Amino acid sequence: MINYIIRRILYALPILIGVNLLTFALFFVVNTPDNMARIHLGMKHVTPDAIAKWKHERGYDKPLMWNGAAQGGKQATDTIFFEKSVGMFVFDFGRSDEGREIARDIKTRMWPSLAIALPVFVIGLAVNITFAMLMAFFRATYIDFSGVVLCVAMMSVSGLFYIIGGQYLVSKLLHLTPISGFDSGVNAFKFIILPVLIGVVGGIGSGARWYRTIFLEEATRDYVRTARAKGLSELSVLFGHVLKNAMIPILTGAVVVIPLLFMGSLISESFFGIPGLGSYTIDAINAQDFAIVRAMVFLGSVLYIVGLILTDISYTLVDPRIRLE
Amino acid sequence: MRLSLLFFLLLPLLSACGAPPWNSPYPTAEEGKNITYASFAERPKHLDPAQSYSSNEITFTGQIYEPPLQYHYLKRPYTLIPLAAAELPRPLFLDAQGKPLAANAAPEKIAFSVYEIHIKPGMRYQPHPAFARDAQGKFLYHHLAPTDLDRINKLADFRQVGTRELVAADYVHQIKRLAHPKLNSPIFGLMSEYIVGLKEYTKTLARAQKCLAPGSQLDLERYPLAGAEVVDRHTYRVKLKGKYPQFLYWLAMPFFAPVPPEADLFYGQPGMAEKNLTLDWYPVGTGPYMLTENDPNRKMVLERNPNFHGETYPAEGEPGDMAAGLLKDAGKPLPFIDKAVFSLEKESIPYWNKFLQGYYDASGISSDSFDQAVRVATQGEADVTDMMKEKGIRLQTTVTATNYYYGFNMLDPVVGGYSEQARKLRQAISLVIDYEEFISIFANGRGIPAQGPLPPGIFGAHEGAAGINPYVYDWADGKPKRKSLEQAKKLLAEAGYPDGRDEKTGKPLLLYLDLTASGPDDKARLDWVRKQFQKIDLQLVVRNTDYNRFQDKIRKGNAQIFHWGWNADYPDPENFLFLLYGPNARVGKEGENSANYENPEFDRLFERMKNMDNGPERQKIIDEAVAIARRDAPWIWGFHPKQYGLFHAWYQNVKPNLMANNGLKYARVDSAMRARLRREWNPPVLWPLGLFGLALVAALLPAIVVYRRKERQAAI
Repeated sequence: MINYIIRRILYALPILIGVNLLTFALFFVVNTPDNMARIHLGMKHVTPDAIAKWKHERGYDKPLMWNGAAQGGKQATDTIFFEKSVGMFVFDFGRSDEGREIARDIKTRMWPSLAIALPVFVIGLAVNITFAMLMAFFRATYIDFSGVVLCVAMMSVSGLFYIIGGQYLVSKLLHLTPISGFDSGVNAFKFIILPVLIGVVGGIGSGARWYRTIFLEEATRDYVRTARAKGLSELSVLFGHVLKNAMIPILTGAVVVIPLLFMGSLISESFFGIPGLGSYTIDAINAQDFAIVRAMVFLGSVLYIVGLILTDISYTLVDPRIRLE
Repeated sequence: MRLSLLFFLLLPLLSACGAPPWNSPYPTAEEGKNITYASFAERPKHLDPAQSYSSNEITFTGQIYEPPLQYHYLKRPYTLIPLAAAELPRPLFLDAQGKPLAANAAPEKIAFSVYEIHIKPGMRYQPHPAFARDAQGKFLYHHLAPTDLDRINKLADFRQVGTRELVAADYVHQIKRLAHPKLNSPIFGLMSEYIVGLKEYTKTLARAQKCLAPGSQLDLERYPLAGAEVVDRHTYRVKLKGKYPQFLYWLAMPFFAPVPPEADLFYGQPGMAEKNLTLDWYPVGTGPYMLTENDPNRKMVLERNPNFHGETYPAEGEPGDMAAGLLKDAGKPLPFIDKAVFSLEKESIPYWNKFLQGYYDASGISSDSFDQAVRVATQGEADVTDMMKEKGIRLQTTVTATNYYYGFNMLDPVVGGYSEQARKLRQAISLVIDYEEFISIFANGRGIPAQGPLPPGIFGAHEGAAGINPYVYDWADGKPKRKSLEQAKKLLAEAGYPDGRDEKTGKPLLLYLDLTASGPDDKARLDWVRKQFQKIDLQLVVRNTDYNRFQDKIRKGNAQIFHWGWNADYPDPENFLFLLYGPNARVGKEGENSANYENPEFDRLFERMKNMDNGPERQKIIDEAVAIARRDAPWIWGFHPKQYGLFHAWYQNVKPNLMANNGLKYARVDSAMRARLRREWNPPVLWPLGLFGLALVAALLPAIVVYRRKERQAAI
């Protein structure tokens, strides 16, 4: 398995270089270093000297990808692309164009994101599986039928509706939790309840319906029929056999997102005033802060690759027939 | 089961017995305290007074730093009064040989203006570790080793703090900082045109910076600046090139606030910036408040500065201020509020709902909530709705010193130029853009159509019939009336485009509008603009583009008609008319004159006017310059937005002041009333939860019964 993981990490390198290259190209197609300087220096009284100085201080006065004026290897290395990219492969994200430590920002902002995303993930998984099992258990009854209708209806509703509707109902009408905000430590609890509740409810439609499909597919297999023939109760059949065998598709969808939980959710964090990573990239794009954009895209790619590797590893844990070689 | 039921039944009672409501976003310990709650939508980029310029930054720096001057809180027109200065400085004018000139000397004879500023003695800085000293009087934290910072993550982690008296040298230090090569002060370019030696000073500092050993700091004290010098402990002198009366307005901005050199030495140590321990993050001032918590992703907290020198609430204001209760605190010591908590609120819906629940003391009004908040009477007067009145919320409005306009690129071969035909084309277009309708539809009536470049309330602007733009309006029935479409069509025909077609080629006149519009509301606005042009058979092509491309087009003069805005730095006509001054053109000169308007007569009048003191002679020149600009019509003058603010009954002493940025010290909060009303407005409602639980059980019960029956059958 170790060899497999090392091989996957090596495969990841060209992917990360490609992602970095693409981010760089997309960013600088839209923004020039002069535009970046103007945005950072403000809208009034910006002089060409100030722009030149800003670019020089941050290394944006160099050629983008190829320095024809340099000699030898410096033609490739004495460029914005090389200088801004190379540090990231050792996770040195450097400073934002505003001057703040990006790693420090990420460390600070990932915890509020996790405080929302982790409970939504865990509770959501539990609720979705339970609801799906319930529908599978009562298949072809009014519960199954109403459950599917409810799931389709919930899937069709925009996530923004859940947020605004949830804030209106729970905070504005019932006055049970704050509409938005965040605090540290235990005091964060009252702020987390509503976004977690909305996150879980908003995910039930698609999640439960997907798991129901998986469970129903498993429920028609021979081993289930055998289990029933042996006289096992329906609950034992579902939880003891169907659930275990349905773990592979469940893990495929679930494990891959675990590392990405750090990245937070843009809309949810914005509406609930959660100081997480969700809006970090969007704010950086709006502020034309390339240093943050490249760091966050790179981090997102790394976490996605880590998620895929973890998914592969998790297969071996739930299915002894699978070996990673 | 019974216990939990009892708990749920008692919880609302507990809430009613003095505990804060469940939906309160603030800690219980803050209940009933003398704190004001506000929000910010965008995190401030800079808090260093040499760099901060945006209004969302000055909201904070204005309360912390004390420049020499400030605006009177209540008087209108806006009046400068001393803040840290002992009195308003009067310039001493010198000729080229350095000989003094009379106060009324002609501007062209004045080679230098010298401002000698005396600051009040005894003012002290907020407690700060940069001033902390040991028993021997040595600074405790000025020679930190990198390991000393291992356990330091925020400013409060330094255990010792100190203070010292504010001295004139701190003001001189800050003026030097404007030229610091690492700070990129936004006003350096402008100030280097005026402050003697500032332009050369930045080069001196840049050279010195290059020679510095790694890890060491640039000591500005070693490099004198000719234009700013210390006279004595409480006096400093600023020497400007020529006459620049607007300099006094700059002296009321944080750019000219004092910065102690100790702060630069403290924050400049290796390892500090990596932990965001910088002056840009933790300001050091003498003002009524100090920033004690800076988490711009969540909240920023200002607390009363225990070393504040003391100031009293103004005893005089405008007529009507007494009746409005704005003078009842006259003579009382400032500030009234102990703490100000600013929470990040990016979305308007939660922000508005929290205001209605009483968790913010004041609020603006977004378009979405306008109808809920404001009722416009038939006479056009705005008032709060009954729902707001029931809550005791009151409305205050004021016309801002802001212009939103459509500009014509005067370099464009079709709409630009100074021929009579081009002028008439621009006048015709100006006439058909019905800003009264625009304000009514798209701004909920919050604005007034502009009659020229000067907003009302700025010296030089006229009220009533004398103030209308005669090329667009007639004065009828005591108010301006937009001229008829026939007049516009006539002008268009005289411009060579009868019925919107070029009379030489017969082709329809196609015009191009450049702007950045991305929001969902923009489509309707653009459709409206197109329809305005269609009124006189002109075809308009909207070239919607991203911000960078738009800026490029304006800079290179590639736009034809564009949408633009300007927010005043200070209440002087110079700060508006310079937007039309030829040498300030955008193309080739990188100035703020985006229309690239260049009329020699206007420029001559502007040059005469800009350095004059307010008076009849200046008014006459302004009138002439504005008349020229109106005739040439380089802008469709657009409108001046009206600022609408809603305030809860417990938030007092509020008077909109568009120039003063240090208004927090005047505000007062009745925290007992706020706590009571918050509890009244936000009682927890629990019965729907019980109902939901019952519904869930009722839905599942038949299924469970069926299952159990089925299981029993299987067992048989």
